Amino acid sequence: MNGLVNANNLSVSYYGKEVVRNVSFSFKTGNLIGIIGPNGAGKSTLMKAVLGLVPRDSGRVEICGKPIKESQKNIAYVPQRSNIDWDFPILVRDTVLLGTYPKLGLFQKPRKSDKEWAYHCLEKVGMQNYSKTQIGELSGGQQQRVFLARALAQKASFFFLDEPFVGIDVASEKMIIDILQVLRDEGKTIFVVHHDLTKVKEYFDELILMNKELIESGPVQQVIRPELMTRAYKMDFHLLHKMGVEV
Amino acid sequence: MDFITDIMTYQFLQKALITSIAVGIICGIIGSFIILRGMALMGDAISHAVLPGVAISYMLGINYFYGAVTFGILTAIGIGVVSQNSRIKNDSSIGIVFTAFFSLGIILIAQAQTATDLTQILFGNVLSIRNSDMIMTLITSAIIIFAVTAFYKELLVSTFDETMAAAYGLPTKLIHYGIMVLLTLATVASLQTVGVVLVVAMLITPAATAYLLTNRFWIMLILSSFFGALSSVIGLYISFKHNLSSGAVIVLTATALFILVFIFSPKQGVLWRSLRSRKSRTAMEH
Repeated sequence: MNGLVNANNLSVSYYGKEVVRNVSFSFKTGNLIGIIGPNGAGKSTLMKAVLGLVPRDSGRVEICGKPIKESQKNIAYVPQRSNIDWDFPILVRDTVLLGTYPKLGLFQKPRKSDKEWAYHCLEKVGMQNYSKTQIGELSGGQQQRVFLARALAQKASFFFLDEPFVGIDVASEKMIIDILQVLRDEGKTIFVVHHDLTKVKEYFDELILMNKELIESGPVQQVIRPELMTRAYKMDFHLLHKMGVEV
Repeated sequence: MDFITDIMTYQFLQKALITSIAVGIICGIIGSFIILRGMALMGDAISHAVLPGVAISYMLGINYFYGAVTFGILTAIGIGVVSQNSRIKNDSSIGIVFTAFFSLGIILIAQAQTATDLTQILFGNVLSIRNSDMIMTLITSAIIIFAVTAFYKELLVSTFDETMAAAYGLPTKLIHYGIMVLLTLATVASLQTVGVVLVVAMLITPAATAYLLTNRFWIMLILSSFFGALSSVIGLYISFKHNLSSGAVIVLTATALFILVFIFSPKQGVLWRSLRSRKSRTAMEH
């Protein structure tokens, strides 16, 4: 799919306090885009504002020239793990099956083919042996893989993942980033909220660096520059260096 | 066996039985949604807040269903307005809104001057159920079961992961208010069997019991309805036999079932849990 994802002057506030201020960006589809910035920089809020999940004070988001609302069924969103009730009575396979719901009509039940597709997606993340496990019994990395499988089941062109690598094991992280990169190579567009700066260069093609307002957006090399990073993180550059950001 | 003969003989007992089974089933279904959405307090709030609606219905001489449903929905909207437009948290706004409506109801009931007094609404009177009430309850039950079956998919995904549901375009606010409407219907249907004060028990206790027994949502719905209905039947029997307040006995029966499951549930029960942890402790020591 050729086109652009455009955001213009997005602002969001909670009870009069601005958490995202005038953020604009524009990316070609078919990119893997990281949203980075310090804690409390409004990264998750920006993602939610893009998706229309929180009310925007101002701003527009367009995908291929059309309001993002028109692409809703073509978007897969993976929430932060902390937003999920892991005690919910639902098995792994039924969680992945939820990914087939957006394309089913009202009153339409998942068909056999949907269940097979969900199982296939579970295989892609290597979790097929856990299909009858309750989601709370999984490790953090396994939970994240199941939610990625659910996103895959949506057969979407746009993926939005909120902090997918928080609190998960190295193997799961590797598997998830590999899958995301394959999706990117297939022409999908992927946004990832991310706060660990160490692997930014390996993981992403493009970056959005923000701290309430946009600091810079564009190709990774253009964004990870010391002066920009210091402006975003407002702290000693040596600390960033210690965290593994090479410049 | 006497109970069965009595049921055959007395029409009022038949009506009581049918109505309370229906109430047990629908409260079990709606209660499952309520506890998984973390809205237990909301169930309590709505059941209390329908009181002015009941009073106004008496004044106007219409079936109390209409007034009660109106006030139930007003309450849900009122709570939403307060918590979404201020920093006041949801549980506080529930407390503010429902106590206001309940107080208004106490005053209005006194003004309404009907044969039905406050005690009957507060504590229910399952043995005085009229035909029209029973039919209303059955219609309500049909509506709730139909709605939950028809929109099962949407209700499941929005209860489990509301953000995902919203992201793919489900009207999650509408679904929330839809559940509030169903909750109000279930509450109003329960007024005669267990009364305003104890409705919340019928919503929460059977659903919580089922929650301890299964890892699948649809099984939870079925188990929860089953426990609700079973509590109604056993409770009605005991209360009839020993001449006790039926609402209270029904609720205590539900509680007894909960305690049994709480202790003996194979997965979540405290008994097996402590046995398992003792076993693993011994295993570690060796």
